[in-house]
Amino acid sequence: MLRTFRQRITPTDVIIWLIGLVIAVVVVYGSIVTLSKGRYDLENWVDLTISGLAIGGVYALIALGYTVVYGILRMINFAHSEVFMSGPFTAVFLADALNRSGFLNRQPVISLILITALSMFVSMCIALLLERVAYRPLRNAPRLVPLITAIGASFFLQYTFRGLYGSGIRAYPDIAALAGDLNWGPIHIQRTQLVVIIGSLVMMLILFGIVQLTKVGKAMRAVSEDKEVSALMGIDVDRIIVITFALGGASAGAAGILYALLFPVVNFFMGFFPGLKAFTAAVLGGIGSVPGAFVGAMVLGLLESLGPDLFLGGLGIQSPHQLKDAIAFAILVFILIFRPTGILGEKISDKA
Amino acid sequence: MRNRLFVILSVLVIVSMALSACEAAPAAFTCEDAIGCVTVGADEPIHIAYLLVVSGANETLGIDSRNGIEIAITDNGQVLGHDILLTGEDGGCSAEGGQAAGTKLAADTSIVAVIGTSCSSEARVAIPLLSAAGFSIISPSNTAPDLTAAGNENNHPGYLRTAHNDTVQGAAAADFAYNSLGVRTAATIHDGSIYADKLQEVFAEQFQVLGGTITTQEAVSIGQTDMSPVLTSIASGSPELIYFPIFLPEGGFIIRQARDTAGLEETYLMGADGLFSPDVVEAAGAAVEGFMVSSPDFTQFGSAYASEFVPAYEARYGQTPISIFHAHAYDAAMIFFYAIEQVAIQDEDGTLHIGRQALRDALYGLENFQGLTGNLTCSDTGDCADPRIAAYEYHADTYPPEKIWP
Repeated sequence: MLRTFRQRITPTDVIIWLIGLVIAVVVVYGSIVTLSKGRYDLENWVDLTISGLAIGGVYALIALGYTVVYGILRMINFAHSEVFMSGPFTAVFLADALNRSGFLNRQPVISLILITALSMFVSMCIALLLERVAYRPLRNAPRLVPLITAIGASFFLQYTFRGLYGSGIRAYPDIAALAGDLNWGPIHIQRTQLVVIIGSLVMMLILFGIVQLTKVGKAMRAVSEDKEVSALMGIDVDRIIVITFALGGASAGAAGILYALLFPVVNFFMGFFPGLKAFTAAVLGGIGSVPGAFVGAMVLGLLESLGPDLFLGGLGIQSPHQLKDAIAFAILVFILIFRPTGILGEKISDKA
Repeated sequence: MRNRLFVILSVLVIVSMALSACEAAPAAFTCEDAIGCVTVGADEPIHIAYLLVVSGANETLGIDSRNGIEIAITDNGQVLGHDILLTGEDGGCSAEGGQAAGTKLAADTSIVAVIGTSCSSEARVAIPLLSAAGFSIISPSNTAPDLTAAGNENNHPGYLRTAHNDTVQGAAAADFAYNSLGVRTAATIHDGSIYADKLQEVFAEQFQVLGGTITTQEAVSIGQTDMSPVLTSIASGSPELIYFPIFLPEGGFIIRQARDTAGLEETYLMGADGLFSPDVVEAAGAAVEGFMVSSPDFTQFGSAYASEFVPAYEARYGQTPISIFHAHAYDAAMIFFYAIEQVAIQDEDGTLHIGRQALRDALYGLENFQGLTGNLTCSDTGDCADPRIAAYEYHADTYPPEKIWP
């Protein structure tokens, strides 16, 4: 028993475990020092947590697009960040028009629904267009080919939107109904953050419901298991793939509006960083798994907002917030060392 | 038949070559300049290039400067009977963009002088390339101190600037905060760019020299949108003022989110010239009310600025100046025209020979040049500005901001 165990361990494993151990020690030590210094009170920590949850919710909706497409096609749709950008960057014009006519502040709920619907529609169209033009002709090509195509499509979309709407920034109007905070004891939460957290939860539940409970969802899961056999069972694989892209695109469009509620400035390059983060979140949670995308995104959001102060603040590092991405990615490495398939990921047997 | 045609053609070619060689023969000029000469043919224009940020989030900064150069070219007319050819590259306000644009410009030997860069990050990598190519460079908006610091490795020969040095701007901002606003505690935020990092450093030093306390020196990354964690961490030190000399869109997010952060509702927010742009009003929305920036003092500019330059700008581009370094760029171009007139050697047929080192010497020796931005005298290290810094305050939906100090 012991002998087989020893045979299975290679020097690489030892080094990887050591790296993991170092990260763990640094994290624990930094947190203890920070908490014992008591520079931040409970209220600060609650604020940081809420802002982490809000941004995590947005990441979750974007991550969903990566994860469902990966689940079915086994490809990373790198142009998804541009699908995310296209919605809010288009809907800003509607928001502007509604604001100027005064409708936005008279009927904030209806306006928000209209804006979100437009954003979801645009993102969905872009996602479908991508699938039809860029990915479908390459469906049976080696896996590297659609990946490179996705990167090319990403640039194409970015600069198309730059050409359409200009390279400057545009801002969403302030919505009076969403200004201000809500307070319960030590918890005070901005209304926008509350809307974003609830909105992303609802969207997640709807999508999870579609995948788990409906007939289409069942077909999607079947295609994800095995395309050929599903086709033999009478499932229209093309149709299911189109529906998958539509779902991913629509959720990216909704994520775009939630993102714009938090950070109301949009430009043609706005998709890049959230896209990258959401992809990370999808990997962190276990790519291909819908609940995994949610868990991964929340963990990433919380790490980004709490990490710098909690882990690095205690180590006496200057300007820790500049390193928030470094922390997030270091933790990603840490988790993938111990769970290579992500937090909720299942072992993918390589059938191909 | 074919052979005969070929013979006729070759004879024609040889004769025409011989004729053209005869024509070129009288050119007897020999260049004695240490780093070479640029020869501008009789009918050719003098080639000046710009390296500015003319696309992306900070495009107003560079486009505004380019507008200033274009107006200068029109105002000045021909130089020694030659038109001016202006071409340019986009530096993107980043080190990578500066590298690419600098490499491209350095390969073009017809360029006499370069106006640029917009951002100090571009300058750090582009200036060594342009300097090595023998060009003279004047920047309208680089403000990082080390670019013209004596003996500094980042100070390259042939590089000068009409923009103020940030040792002046940072000190003025600290003076304004401590003596005029009366704050005693301040926090700073930079974005990792050379401009922002150096400027907040100067501000922090001067603020402490005056007797103030710096609670935190934080940093955000470029592309970051969620500022609430960094603002929450700054709020724990409860400063009376936050100084963030950064750019858009990050600066806009800080302005918006600071007002929603517990403990920062009443804190003064202050930026620098990088946030003097109409886009700030758009990016920050209603939260822009009360946001302050330090910037060159337009009221101290020569009278020609308000009476001639601004109307010319409005007539040509249909809007009031969109950023702050148009006049500095105008002066940079005018200084080049003046210096070229001083050093160029002209043949009888109008051909110009411009010695590259001679041009640099003329620039470093410039004294009491009457520019739009003041009375310009270039130092040995390349500072040509006549810097006067003011503080401005933004009001919602209004541009430009209102001058409040001194």
